[in-house]
Amino acid sequence: MLNKYPLWKYLLILLVIACGVIYALPNLYPDDPALQLSTQKTTTVVDQRTLATAEQALEDAGIELKQAEMTPAGGTLRFHSGEDQLAAKPVIAAALGENYVVALNLVPTTPEWLSSIGAGPAKLGLDLRGGVHFLLEVDTPAALKQRLDVAASEMKTALRSERIRYRSVEVEDGVLSVRFLQAEDQAAASEVLEDQFSEYLYSTREEGGEYFVDVRFTEAARNEVEAYALQQNLTTLRNRVNELGVAEPLVQRQGSNRIVVELPGVQDTASAKRIIGATANLEFRLEAGMDANAGDTETLTFRDGSGRTARLERDVIITGDSVADANSSFDENGRPQVNISLDGRGGSQMARVTRTSVGRNMAVVFIEHKSRSRFVEDENGELVEERRSYSERGIISLATIQTTLGNSFRITGLDSPRESSELALLLRAGALAAPIYFVEERTIGPSLGAENIRLGVLSAQIGLLIVMAFMLVYYKVFGIFANVSLALNIVLLMACMSLLSATLTLPGIAGIVLTMGMAVDANVLIFSRIREELKAGLPSQQAIHSGFNRAFTTILDANITTLLVAVILFAVGTGPVKGFAVTLSLGILTSMFTAIVVTRAQINLVYGGRKNKRLFI
Amino acid sequence: MNIPFMSMRKIVAMFSIAMVLVSLGSLAVKGLQFGLDFTGGTLIEVQYGEAPALDDVRALLAEQDYTDVTVQNFGSPTDVVVRMGNAFTPTLGDEVLSTLRDNGNVSVELMRSEFVGGQVGEELREQGGLGMLLALAIVMIYVAVRFQFKFSVASVVALAHDVIITLGIFSLFDFEFDLTVLAALLAVIGYSLNDTIVVCDRIRENFRIMRDTTPTELINESINQTLGRTIITSMTTLFVLLVLFFFGGESIHNFSLALLVGIIIGTYSSIFVAANLLLAQNISREDLIPAPKEELEDEMP
Repeated sequence: MLNKYPLWKYLLILLVIACGVIYALPNLYPDDPALQLSTQKTTTVVDQRTLATAEQALEDAGIELKQAEMTPAGGTLRFHSGEDQLAAKPVIAAALGENYVVALNLVPTTPEWLSSIGAGPAKLGLDLRGGVHFLLEVDTPAALKQRLDVAASEMKTALRSERIRYRSVEVEDGVLSVRFLQAEDQAAASEVLEDQFSEYLYSTREEGGEYFVDVRFTEAARNEVEAYALQQNLTTLRNRVNELGVAEPLVQRQGSNRIVVELPGVQDTASAKRIIGATANLEFRLEAGMDANAGDTETLTFRDGSGRTARLERDVIITGDSVADANSSFDENGRPQVNISLDGRGGSQMARVTRTSVGRNMAVVFIEHKSRSRFVEDENGELVEERRSYSERGIISLATIQTTLGNSFRITGLDSPRESSELALLLRAGALAAPIYFVEERTIGPSLGAENIRLGVLSAQIGLLIVMAFMLVYYKVFGIFANVSLALNIVLLMACMSLLSATLTLPGIAGIVLTMGMAVDANVLIFSRIREELKAGLPSQQAIHSGFNRAFTTILDANITTLLVAVILFAVGTGPVKGFAVTLSLGILTSMFTAIVVTRAQINLVYGGRKNKRLFI
Repeated sequence: MNIPFMSMRKIVAMFSIAMVLVSLGSLAVKGLQFGLDFTGGTLIEVQYGEAPALDDVRALLAEQDYTDVTVQNFGSPTDVVVRMGNAFTPTLGDEVLSTLRDNGNVSVELMRSEFVGGQVGEELREQGGLGMLLALAIVMIYVAVRFQFKFSVASVVALAHDVIITLGIFSLFDFEFDLTVLAALLAVIGYSLNDTIVVCDRIRENFRIMRDTTPTELINESINQTLGRTIITSMTTLFVLLVLFFFGGESIHNFSLALLVGIIIGTYSSIFVAANLLLAQNISREDLIPAPKEELEDEMP
């Protein structure tokens, strides 16, 4: 019979709608402002006692707590308002001390029965939530240079042990050149180096009566160094971001040499940036003896601004990379200090060197890799960015070795408590393998985020009302069918967003609003076809049937092409624009279902299988 | 109702060509007013407790030796946007904010700050252009496979027409072109294509069922048949876009503007341009109804 769906089809549609409603439901519950308590240390845990301490501190400060609960990740304290949350953060951080990380967060208030079936609200993008977005570029040329510098000292040792006399070893523009006076030395060295360091490419040249061996990276070695630098930096940045105590941070690779860092809820960008971008590291070196060779020493100044200098050996005992744990505290005179524990290898290396050097001085050198960029005109007269990286080294302390040093010791001579706690953080989180610099930064204040949500929801409501009113006036009863489908379309779209945990952004909301306007298109196509068929004299049942059938291929073609464009948009877009592509493509898919299947089901239910004198279309 | 669209085709074609030429001219001479996403630079949006005098803000920033600075209101008198050119450091945003705050303890709240490096901007520009070309190419292939090559030329030229004129309007009126506008342009391609396909679908269908009409009459008839739908859908879409334009806030102002402009032009082009181009290519029944295949002789004896 025409225009009758079998019972299973109705049931299936009802099932889909029911699922849609359930999974879209969590979006109606507003998030609670909350503080997330966690710990980075293995020795401390967040437990009921921690929560009790926090609750007591809040009570003393007169801040009202909504709820405190334990979660797998630590503890969560919920508040009634954002102001309470902001006021509570320093209170709790002070009460719990340095071993705990206190992070601002928004926690969903999804009822238990919903979260138990995996339903949760859609994630909000930074433009709706507030926060910081950084795009960092890893300075791979610097990483390559660092590797060549290490190779240079290894090669010197190799040449010395083979008793080959070289004049100098220099690294410049990605080429390491060893200079010789004799052609025989050059030939012998070339053989030795090629044998021992096979990951490089070698070439020889003669210039001004001197002989050179040039060493370059092979393509594979270069890629490996670059990949390692990026990977290492990703790990370090993750550690640092975790130390910052941000709930739900994102640290992700983008392209071949970039890293995206997104910190929702962070407002103090200056300190976030200082810690993420810091390239500080430590070196421990012995002070040079009186008889030391000038080529093996280097004179550095103290960081305290006194202008004092000291002559240090170039050889490094250990670097900050060997630090297993570090935290800041104060010494007996109230000056900031950093307590350091070394890992096994670092500890034995330190013990080995200090055992034979009791009575000598050891310096702690603070290194910062920085880059300075300026704009210069290139040959076409266009401004291009020129970036030069350089390192700043300064001595933070020079002390006599009293006894063999072991795994743990402390360093003093730091400027301020802030410096000591940041240095401890950086040592814990690890150093960056290569300098990084910021190529993009976006900060969205929390009030703008809230405003964006309000405006987005407002336009969605007005848009929906206008479209529905229009459809009702133009298509009467059939307009009601289309409006029911349109409402369901939005429910299904929100359910899909939640299920895929896609991120909702402001352009994403605009995408939903746009979808409302476009989603009725399929119904408009079908209804105008039905009107045409009625005008051509077909009886009402036939008109409905052929209206749907004939409009179907058109709808399919039109939607597939739009979907193709949306997918491209997803591929080329970043951040908020991606959010637009997501809602647009999901909206196309759900609108096909609602406009064709759900509308048909309603029409079949109301008009199907009976004689109708007239259709209200 | 039967509007003789195709008898206006010459005038309409001239109009379209003129619009495209003006747009291209403006793009060549004036160029686009690229936003921060594409040029690189720094932007700081702040909200004052009380509406400040913009000249005071400018003077304050000039005192600090910031050059190449523009200060504008953004949406309301209390919202102020400070934009700066290329040659600045990433810490600039924080410095400017503290400069604005320090003066006489004005209450200034940071709404957003953005810094985009010059190279990133350039890459985004390239990527965006590439995405646009890719979208057109894929559409061309899809339409050629699903319909026929002449349809694919007609729809892609119609799309390019829409994109060029929208860009031209942005260039002529100095509207800012940022990433969201690029997204809007791609959405316009999608939407306008949707419209064009509906018309083309009808033309194809009519070629199959109407045997004794000329292509011109047939195309005219098809456009008239789909006209109601074209107008209704465009209207509902324009309604929601107007809502976004007026209520969606400053952040998506240019985005909804680009969609508004693009969809008006897209609707025009699906009625006039695509069909016109089909006629210009001498579309005929034979293009759509494949000649009966010759029976293959069995080669084996």
